[in-house]
Amino acid sequence: MKKNLINSKFFAAVFILSVFGLVSCGGGGAGTGKGDSAATASAGGDNNTLIGAGSSFDNPLFSKMFSEYNKSTGLKVNYQSVGSGAGISQLTSKTVDFGASDAPMNSKQDSAVSAPVLHIPVTAGAVALSYNLPEVKDTLKLSPAVLADIFLGKITKWNDPKIQELNKGVKLPATNIVVAHRSDGSGTTNIFTTYLSKVSEEWNKKVGKGSSVNWPVGLGGKGTEGVAGMVKQTPGAIGYIELAYAIQNNMAYAKIQNKAGNFVLPTIASVTAAANINIPPDSKISLTNTDAADGYPISGFSWVLIYKDQKYGDRSPERAAKLVNLISWMVHDGQQYSGPLTYAPLSPAAVAVADTILKSATYDGKPILQ
Amino acid sequence: MSETFKKDAITLNEESLGVIDSKKTAESLSARALKRSGGQIRMEGFFKKMLILMGLIMVILVFGILITLIVESMPSIKVLGMRYLWGRTWDPVQDIYGAFPFLLGTLLTSFLALIISIPFSISVAIFLGEYFPKGWFSSFLKNTVELIAAVPSVIYGFWGLAVLVPIVRTFQSKIGVPPLGVGIFTASLILAVMIIPYAASLGRSVIQMVPSSLKEGAYALGATRWEVIRSVIIPYTKSGLFAGILLSLGRALGETMAVTMVIGNTSHLPTSIFSPGNTMASVIANEFTEADNPIYLSALIELGLVLFLVTTVVNMIGKKVIGRFTNE
Repeated sequence: MKKNLINSKFFAAVFILSVFGLVSCGGGGAGTGKGDSAATASAGGDNNTLIGAGSSFDNPLFSKMFSEYNKSTGLKVNYQSVGSGAGISQLTSKTVDFGASDAPMNSKQDSAVSAPVLHIPVTAGAVALSYNLPEVKDTLKLSPAVLADIFLGKITKWNDPKIQELNKGVKLPATNIVVAHRSDGSGTTNIFTTYLSKVSEEWNKKVGKGSSVNWPVGLGGKGTEGVAGMVKQTPGAIGYIELAYAIQNNMAYAKIQNKAGNFVLPTIASVTAAANINIPPDSKISLTNTDAADGYPISGFSWVLIYKDQKYGDRSPERAAKLVNLISWMVHDGQQYSGPLTYAPLSPAAVAVADTILKSATYDGKPILQ
Repeated sequence: MSETFKKDAITLNEESLGVIDSKKTAESLSARALKRSGGQIRMEGFFKKMLILMGLIMVILVFGILITLIVESMPSIKVLGMRYLWGRTWDPVQDIYGAFPFLLGTLLTSFLALIISIPFSISVAIFLGEYFPKGWFSSFLKNTVELIAAVPSVIYGFWGLAVLVPIVRTFQSKIGVPPLGVGIFTASLILAVMIIPYAASLGRSVIQMVPSSLKEGAYALGATRWEVIRSVIIPYTKSGLFAGILLSLGRALGETMAVTMVIGNTSHLPTSIFSPGNTMASVIANEFTEADNPIYLSALIELGLVLFLVTTVVNMIGKKVIGRFTNE
C-alpha cells in the first residue's frame, strides 16, 4: 500500500514537472516564433533595418562597416553569418534584402532564382598555404604544379626533389607531408579548388572545384580554426586557411608562384594587386591565377548579391534606395575599414565596375542611383 | 502466485480496517465518495486525456521525422538508388554519393567505443551498486560520473583535439603507424568517455535492486563476494545492464560534434582503426550548410535517414536480446 502511494505521488510529481516543462518550452517556442515574425515583418515593414545573410568570411568586416554606417545614418543592418550557400538560398527565397557570397552564383543557383541578381564586389580575400616545419626558418616557396601534386597525394615527403628545386639552399626535412583541408563546405575551399583546377589539368579532371570536394588525400578540420589547429599540431602538415586568420595567429605561410612567374607572399597589398586586372562588366570573375605580375594567385572577391529590380514583394522605393546606398557606401567609404581587419581593399578597377553595376539596379524599371 | 497473495492480503487489511473503524470514519468515507463525483472525476478524465495526448505527440513526432526524411531524400533515392549504400565515393562536384565509408565509420567508432567503455561502466556500476552504495565517497563518485554526461560534447571535442590527439600521436609513432593523432581510434576513445555514465548509472540502479535475500542466501552458502557478483548479481541484472549498454550505444551512434573534431573527416574507406574516417552525423554537420545543389542536399538528408534506420535496427536487436535474457 505504502509503496503504491509513494509511486503514485512520484508519478504525479513527474507528470506535473513534465507539464511545467512543456508549458515553459511552449512559451519559449512561442517567444522565438514571435521573434521570427518580427524579423519577417521588419523585412517588409520597418524600413530602418535591412537584413542580409551569407558568407562568414565577410562577417568581421561587415560588422565593423555596418556599425560605422549606423553611427552616421542611423540605418540598422542585421547580418546573419550563415555561410555563402545559405545566404544565396535565403536571397532566392526573398527572406533577406541582400546575400553575401565568396563565390559567384553557379548555374544551378542561377536557375533556382526567379529574377536577375547583381553581384557587387565588396572586398577581396586570400587563401594562404600554412605549413608546420619547425626546422625551416626561411619562407617556403611553392609552384602551382608542386602545390597540386601535394594535394593530389603525389608528393608525399617534404624533401622531395621537386620542392627542393624551388627552395635552393633550404634544408628540408624528410618528414611526411600531412595535408589538411576543410571538412565543412566553405568559400575558402571554393577559391582554393578553383585555383588548383586552373593550374592543374589532372586536378580539374580528378577532383574539380566546389565548396566541398572529394579530397584525394588528407585530413579534414572543421572550420578555419579546425584546419589551423591541425596544421599547428601536426609536424609536416600543410593546409589552406584564410589569410586574415594566418596573419592574426602568426602562422607560417608559403610564397606561391603566380602566372607571371614571381613568388608572391600573400599580403593585403598583393591581394589588392591581384584584383587590379580587367574585370568583366558583371564582376563575376575568379581572381585565382591572376595575370597581375605582383598579385597573389589564390585570392578572390567577396560579393554582395541583390535583385536587379528591387520592386518585389511589398518593398517600398525608400527601402530599395537605402539598400543601394548602403552598398555604394561599402564599396567607397567602407573600404577604409578593410586594412585594419586584414581584408584587402578593392582595387580601383573593381570599384569602377562595382559602381557601374550598382547604377544598373532599378526599382520598377527606373534606376535607383543617379 | 505471490501477487495474488499480496492482493488478498491488501483486501484483508482493508476489511479488517473497516471492522475496527468507527461509524464516524465510515461516514467521512462516504462523504468523500460523494465528493469524488465532482471535480475529482473530471480531474481523472483530464489527467488520462493528457497522458494519451502526450503519448500521441511522441508517436506523431517520430513518424513525422521519418516521413520528412523519406520525402526529402526522395530525389537522391531516385537518382542513386541502392548504390548509395555501398558506393565508396562521395564526390559533391560530380554528384556521386556513396555512404558506405560513413556507415562503416559510424558503426566502427560506436562499437569500438562500446567495447572500450564496457569494463569501466560495469565496474563503476558494481562498485557503486554493491561495494559502496552509501556514504560521501559513493555519492561523490556517482555525481562525478553523472557529470560526465552533462558536459557539452563540443568541450569533449576540444579536449580531444588539445590533449588526446597529441597523446595518440605519440602512441602511434611508437607502434609504427602514421602519426596523425586524429582518426577512428581517437574518436572512439572520446566517445567511450562520453557514454560511460549511461551504462554506469542504469547498471548501478539495477544492481541496487537485487533482493538482499538472494545475496544473503549465496553468502550463507559460503560464496565469496566475487562469486556473489558473478553468479547472483550479474545474472539477475543482465537485462538491465544490457539496456544501459544499449542506451550508450544509441548515444555513440548519433554523437556529432566531438567526433567531427577528432576523426579526421576524410571520405575514404578506413583501412585500420588508426586511419582517419568520417561518420554519418559528422558529414551532415559539416556539409549541410553549404550543400548548394538539390541532389547533394537530398543525399545528406538520406544520410540522416540511414542513421535513423541504423539506430532503429540496433535498438530492435537490443530489445530482442533483452527479451531473451529476461525470458530465461
